[in-house]
Amino acid sequence: MSENKSVKMEFEVAGGDFERAGEASAKIKRMLQRLGIAADIVRRIAIGTYEAEMNVIIHAGGGKVAAEVFTDATEITVTDAGPGIPDIDKALQEGWSTAPEYARQMGFGAGMGLPNMVKCSDKFDIQSEVGVGTTIRMRFEHISEDL
Amino acid sequence: MQLKDVKELLRAKVLTGEGLLDREVETCCGSDLMSDVLAFTKRRTLLCTGLTNLQVIRTADMTDLCALVIVRGKIPGGEILEAAAENGLPVLATQHTLFEACGILYQAGIKGCSKKEDDHE
Repeated sequence: MSENKSVKMEFEVAGGDFERAGEASAKIKRMLQRLGIAADIVRRIAIGTYEAEMNVIIHAGGGKVAAEVFTDATEITVTDAGPGIPDIDKALQEGWSTAPEYARQMGFGAGMGLPNMVKCSDKFDIQSEVGVGTTIRMRFEHISEDL
Repeated sequence: MQLKDVKELLRAKVLTGEGLLDREVETCCGSDLMSDVLAFTKRRTLLCTGLTNLQVIRTADMTDLCALVIVRGKIPGGEILEAAAENGLPVLATQHTLFEACGILYQAGIKGCSKKEDDHE
């Protein structure tokens, strides 16, 4: 990759499709590995992306997961036209969840998704409007802590 | 400790990944909650769980887990094991409950994933 160029990937994610849930994140992870990004950074990006992808599947009835890999950082943008989040501060609290029972049976909906995205990423931004949808942007600097 | 020691300790069956039992196990997590696995594990952690759906394999992939131990004598479906094999993820099955399996491994010296022991974050 040269300084100015980036590698992009974009996936449509279907709502309620637990069979394929996580496929987009897995493909993005493989791409990052192929590009030679350090394993600890790939892991943070994969977890953050997967959390966001699961949220779209559980709450929004589908959306888009996009990755753009630059030389120095990776940006993940996840958009949906779902119900939106009425109280973002509350949604960012650990343990706060509005996930339905079936999502909990799959092992999700513990109210850790958004806080974990904040924890994994170096920059986190969420825009949400009720009745319009939600957009999450995460930036991950390519600074490895591996020795 | 290696995975083959885990196999002995838990008297577990290897469902897939027989050739990967020399993997080192440093930390372990016991949970049926994938949200917590995503939030609290470290790389190369062993997961003991009673959940046997595809999301366990995905979660293991995203978090770079070293292997799965399925507890309470459950055997996951063929497609789950195929997905694990594709990802190079060993899957073991034990008759022990989650509490017992974790207790046995803890007693044998495997550490948890708690933040106090985490020197990287």
